[in-house]
Amino acid sequence: MKILVCIKQVPDMESKFKVNAAGNWFDETDLAWRMNEYDEYAVEQAVQLKEQNPDAELTVLCIGPERVKETMKKALAMGCDRGYHIADNDSHLKDPFAIASLIAGYAKDQSFDLIFTGMQSQDRGSAQVGVLVAEILGIPSLTTLVEFSYADGTINAKRELEGGTKAKVSCATPALVTCQLGLNTPRYPTLPNIMKAKKKELLSVPVEELNPPALLIETLQVAPPEKKGGGLILEGDPAELADQLIKILKEKTTALA
Amino acid sequence: MKILLVAEYRDGQLLGTSSELINFATSMGAESAMFLVGSENKLPSYNGRIYLADSGQAGEFNPDGHKQLLLEVIAKEQPQMVVLPHSSYGWDLAPRVALALKAAQISEVVEVRDGHLVVPACNAKLRRQLKPVTDNCVVTLQGGAFTPSEEPSGTPEVIKVEATAAGAVQFHGYEEAAATGVDLSKADIIVSAGRGIGKPENLEIIENLAKALKGEYGASRPVVDAEWADQSRQVGTTGQTVSPKLYVACGISGAIQHLAGMKKSEFVLAINTDKDAPIGEIADVLAVADLKQLVPILTEKLNAL
Ligand SMILES: Cc1cc2nc3c(=O)[nH]c(=O)nc-3n(C[C@H](O)[C@H](O)[C@H](O)COP(=O)(O)OP(=O)(O)OC[C@H]3O[C@@H](n4cnc5c(N)ncnc54)[C@H](O)[C@@H]3O)c2cc1C
Ligand SMILES: Cc1cc2nc3c(=O)[nH]c(=O)nc-3n(C[C@H](O)[C@H](O)[C@H](O)COP(=O)(O)OP(=O)(O)OC[C@H]3O[C@@H](n4cnc5c(N)ncnc54)[C@H](O)[C@@H]3O)c2cc1C
Repeated sequence: MKILVCIKQVPDMESKFKVNAAGNWFDETDLAWRMNEYDEYAVEQAVQLKEQNPDAELTVLCIGPERVKETMKKALAMGCDRGYHIADNDSHLKDPFAIASLIAGYAKDQSFDLIFTGMQSQDRGSAQVGVLVAEILGIPSLTTLVEFSYADGTINAKRELEGGTKAKVSCATPALVTCQLGLNTPRYPTLPNIMKAKKKELLSVPVEELNPPALLIETLQVAPPEKKGGGLILEGDPAELADQLIKILKEKTTALA
Repeated sequence: MKILLVAEYRDGQLLGTSSELINFATSMGAESAMFLVGSENKLPSYNGRIYLADSGQAGEFNPDGHKQLLLEVIAKEQPQMVVLPHSSYGWDLAPRVALALKAAQISEVVEVRDGHLVVPACNAKLRRQLKPVTDNCVVTLQGGAFTPSEEPSGTPEVIKVEATAAGAVQFHGYEEAAATGVDLSKADIIVSAGRGIGKPENLEIIENLAKALKGEYGASRPVVDAEWADQSRQVGTTGQTVSPKLYVACGISGAIQHLAGMKKSEFVLAINTDKDAPIGEIADVLAVADLKQLVPILTEKLNAL
């Protein structure tokens, strides 16, 4: 059995974002990078599937600049067997179709039985890449999964819908699934596994060799949202803050009445 | 400009997003038609053509079948833009249609500005203005971003379409969320814990503040996913929708899916170390502080009142 998991490296969402000079992306200085949260669930599910099928081979793929290798090493330490890095310093300027085309271009001759992606990325969140990869490859895809099981060439899964309802779905492999938060409990890599991961294969291929397609979307502007004002921002010593808050709650709400 | 709107239907009901789609078409000043896999008995109020496939026949969740039907309608109507809700139905179907049309897809549009589509990035800390380079495009709309001030009216002209394609995905019915635990929608005061509590032991700090205010405690999704709090405590699109007199958000960033569940609260107090956290956009008061310091002091002072 062959399994692929696609991961994206994203900035920590608690960062302060400044728009870059070109006005088409954020300034990367001082940002901390991590694995897209949704992809942690994808890696965990792929590793669990591999553990159930000891002959399985699990590849992790990531498109991005040199720094994304750090995030790939985390996936290797969680249990992926090998890494395939598409080196692209301009990956932030690619649209979901370009990213999906690169992934599908790699996957098409590899006969993966199962491909895992996140449901969406935390920074951009278009929720397109997974479905596009499956459609380009002509295989079925199941999205937004909160439960997953696999046996004898069939996936049984639950999709999450609004309001907490779930839809029970199934399909045959080869197939692609997109993983939602809460699908499982992603493991923390142990120190011995982090050491082992350093010896695993991590192949890096320059994007230029792979003929990325032309972009379908043009970014006109990136900017912080306009502050709608309204809210009062309070800072300072916690004890003083607490007194201020109690005063406000008394004046503005019936909570303390 | 001509827009094809894709409405949603689930488990015997037309979903409310259809009025947001219609309002979007109006705000674009565009002519529109609609596509729906649903039922004749549950049509939206709409002054236009609806291409209707019967969900009994086409399958309620059948991505391949719905894609085929939609492509046939697109071939007839020749719209420049196909618009879906950014929902579990829309984000599943949209990329399938976009690829077939070789069209750009712009996801989760929140605003139209100077005729261009605006989408959020980085948990709403940034916004991008985008332009499709392709002639046609597929668009999904963020829930609530285009809610009309008045419900649309009118009776649609129905054109029936028939499904043929079986699909590669089988649908085996729904599973409802278990109706156990607390009913937060009845609470007047809710104090919610977010990932900012850091570890499960700190949930007690939040519970104690909720008690001091004689309210209930709630949680954001990561707290529930980590099993630090029961599912019934989750506020948001995939949890409870609440509208208490006071909502205190502790260590919650304010992701759109969380806001959707609590933005109707009368008064929102946020406690967060990040001054730029998007929760600040809807909070009446944002106290920039470490909840581990501020919340216990606040609780103590409230108990002493
Ligand atoms: C501020 C900002 C500016 C941007 N500017 C531009 C721009 O100018 N033009 C433009 O076209 N795009 C731009 N982007 C978009 C960016 O490059 C997208 O991240 C990219 O198109 C992928 O789409 P997504 O992240 O929405 O993927 P989604 O469809 O939300 O991701 C779903 C899944 O796909 C997989 N995946 C996504 N990306 C990768 C990857 N790199 N490697 C491996 N797997 C991956 C992961 O499994 C992920 O969970 C910008 C984004 C931001 C935040
Ligand atoms: C389809 C879908 C449905 C979803 N449904 C829901 C839903 O129903 N409900 C929901 O909540 N989410 C939902 N989500 C997830 C949502 O997108 C966010 O990931 C989630 O709401 C983030 O939770 P959070 O704010 O607790 O965590 P984070 O976004 O990680 O924010 C933590 C916050 O805590 C602050 N903080 C950290 N330390 C401290 C401290 N010591 N003191 C004070 N503040 C601190 C940080 O500054 C940050 O703002 C859904 C997502 C998807 C894709």
